[in-house]
This record gives sequence, C-alpha cells and structure tokens, in this order.
Amino acid sequence: MKSPSLARSSFLKAVAAIVQKDLAAEYRSRELLSSMMVFALLVIFIFNYALNLEPSVRAKVTAGVLWVTFVFAGTIGLNRSMAVEKDRGCLDGLLLAPVDRTAIFFGKVISTLIFMLLVEVIMLPFYGLFYNVNLFNPGLLLVMLLGSIGYVVVGTLLSSMAVQTRTRDILLPIILFPIIIPILLSALDASNGFLNNLEFDLIQPALGLLVALDVIFTAVSFMVFDYVVEE
Amino acid sequence: MIEVRKLVKRFGLKTILRGLDFDVQPGEFVALLGPNGAGKTTFLRILSSLSRPSLGEVKIAGYALPSQAAAVRARLGVVSHMPLLYADLTAEENLRFYARLYGLQNQEPRITEVLQMVGLDNRRRDLVRTFSRGMQQRLAIGRAVLHDPDVMLFDEPYTGLDQDASTMLDEVLKSVASQGRTVVMTSHDLARSEDLATRFDVLSRGVITASTSREGLGSSNVLAFYKQALNT
Repeated sequence: MKSPSLARSSFLKAVAAIVQKDLAAEYRSRELLSSMMVFALLVIFIFNYALNLEPSVRAKVTAGVLWVTFVFAGTIGLNRSMAVEKDRGCLDGLLLAPVDRTAIFFGKVISTLIFMLLVEVIMLPFYGLFYNVNLFNPGLLLVMLLGSIGYVVVGTLLSSMAVQTRTRDILLPIILFPIIIPILLSALDASNGFLNNLEFDLIQPALGLLVALDVIFTAVSFMVFDYVVEE
Repeated sequence: MIEVRKLVKRFGLKTILRGLDFDVQPGEFVALLGPNGAGKTTFLRILSSLSRPSLGEVKIAGYALPSQAAAVRARLGVVSHMPLLYADLTAEENLRFYARLYGLQNQEPRITEVLQMVGLDNRRRDLVRTFSRGMQQRLAIGRAVLHDPDVMLFDEPYTGLDQDASTMLDEVLKSVASQGRTVVMTSHDLARSEDLATRFDVLSRGVITASTSREGLGSSNVLAFYKQALNT
C-alpha cells in the first residue's frame, strides 16, 4: 500500500507529465492553437460586420460576443485535445498506466485550459481593435479565468465521452452547450458588470456563483471520470 | 500468472464471452487463436483492465480485476495493432513520457536500453510521425516493456506490417519472450504463432474450445489443430 504522500507525489507527477506532453506536442504541430485562434478571429470578425453597431452600443454586446467566441473556439480545442489521444490509441496508453485516472483528467484539463487562456488573451487586443473597446480590465481577466475553468472541466469530461463515438465532432457541442449554460450566464453577468464598471457588490453574486459552479463541476467530474473512460 | 474463471462479458443484449476459463503459468507464451468476432480483443481488453467483466473472476499475478487494477497495470505490458504513441513527439520523448507515468527510476539508461532492444536507438530523436508502420510497432513494444512487466499482452501485433517488418517484429517478440515473461498473443497469422508460442488456445463463440501445448501438437501443425478445433 502506497503512503498518502507517495500517492500524491505520483499523482502530481502524472498530471505534470501529461501537461508537459501536450505542450510539447502542440509546440511541434501547432494544430490546436492555430485552429482555435483562426476560428476565434473569424467569429469576432463576422460579429463585427454582422452587428454593425454604433460604438456606444458595441460596448454593451462585448461580453456576449467575447464568450460566444471563447466557447466556439474552446469546443475546437476540446475536440482536438481528446481526438489526439483517441486516434492512435493513446487514450488506452494513458488508461493502462498504473496511475489514478483522475490524474489523466486533470492533466488534460490543465493543458486545454492553458491553450484556451492563451487564445483568449491573444484575442482581447484584436477584439479591442475591431470594437474600439479597452478590455484589459483585471476583473474581466478574473472572470475569463473562472469561466474558462468551468467550461474546460465540463468540456474535458464530455469530450472524453464524445470521443468514443463516431459523431464526436457533432456530439460534443450538442451535449456540452446545454450543460454549460449556468457557467456561461454567470460569466456573462460578471463580465458585463466589470465592463460597465459596476460596484463590486453588484458583481459579487455572479462571481460567487461562477466559483461555486466551478467547484461543483470539478467535484462531479472528479467522481465520474473513471467510469466515463471505461467501457 | 493469469487465472480467469467463468468470465462473461456482455454489451447490452449481446454476450461476447460466455463463461470463459483460462489459466496461464509463469513464462508461458500462449497464442490465442480464433475467427473474427470470437471475442479475442474483448478478452484481452478485460485482461488489460481497459474493460470490466460482466461476471466472473480475473486475477493477474495474484491481483484481482477490477478491484486491484492499478497493481495489475504496473505488471502488465500491452501491445495492440494501434501504436499508442504520440506522432508529434520523438521516439525518446514518447518513452520518457510513459516512463514518467509508470514512475520509473533511472529513466534515461532504461530508455536507451529499450531503444537498442527494438533497434531504434539511431532514430531516437526523430518524430514518430516519420516512422514506418513496422518501426512504430517496434517502438510500441519498447513502450510496453519499458517498465519491465511480468505479463505481456499482444493483440494482433502483425496487423498492417509487410513481410520485412513482420520478420523484424518476430525477433523483437522472441527477445521479449526469452526474458521469462508470460505472454498472451492474439493473431490470425498461424505460421508466426507456431514459431513463437509454447501453447495454442482456440477461442470460439466466447469460450476456449481447444488448447494444446507445442509438444501436444505432435507431428501435426497449428493450422490442422485450429481447423479441427473450429469444427468440433
């Protein structure tokens, strides 16, 4: 029987190994980041021309356009991240390792989160340029982090289910979007609050709900991942 | 080393394995033969803890599945027709990644040793996507033996390999088996199985229908044994 500290150490080593492997593979291929970024840019570009709003009105739709962009781009990232594991049987390789399977889950969550946050941070100046809005607001950055955590946690769990099916590219958004609505709505509320410079007391409920949802979804995913990846 | 009792596996209403019994002694090399759809891959996935049995008992190296799956996985090496390797990592990066997952000490000497064993030491810094199918399969075997497992499971390892690559894989498999490991291999290639295995089991309609040792074959060959087993 392993001691708790040894088990924790091997758990963290496995998580670190998976994150490092994903970063190294992405550094070589640049497939995931480039497709997420091109897609995000296109969404911002299309919204810019489709809405064709006055500058004062544009500020009001900023949070909505931003989160739609992040969610769509994130779906591509989630699909791709799990497809890489499935296509050459690598998911089986991970599952065959004598490590706690939640280490695999957290490794995939952390690496996908890094890619998603990177895309979000790069998209902000582009958005500012198109919509003439300054988005470098620490509060907004916090909401982006919290919203992305919840989104990636749920997305990684569901993509590990969807990847087992033939229709994985279509299935993931169909099962993911309804489940992330609470996360998306609280992220939108909190983002709007920070962008409109509301009092923190008014933003706090949405921010608190976002944190609570992150904790709940992480706990549930932690409990069920083992069953989801097993036949 | 491997004990299986009354193993049943169902997928919905379909029963794939129907009360299968299977024993393998330490150091045996068992060729598991059978037609397509007999349940060979399902059986190996249960042995490798990737799938749960519906009913029955499975023990490997004294550890029960699925309750002691982590202990089983630490003693198991699995090679399938999929390479289980990352195309955008080099050969040594792939092995280093798996070495970290298995918590190996002294990783670098072991990685070099394994790469030499599978004849890929000179390609260690090349991306796996540049490897031929045969080279990928050799590296897959390297990945599977990296943590020096007691039991090796091979699921159709010759799938997609040309003649040269298959011959090279033969040598690697012989080397793996000669180190005292217990091996179970499924294959449609009866001639290759005959060269490598010490025992031949036929899996048909979800149960083992026939089993013989190499000595038990006598003057007959595996093909005759296999045909007879399927006809009974």
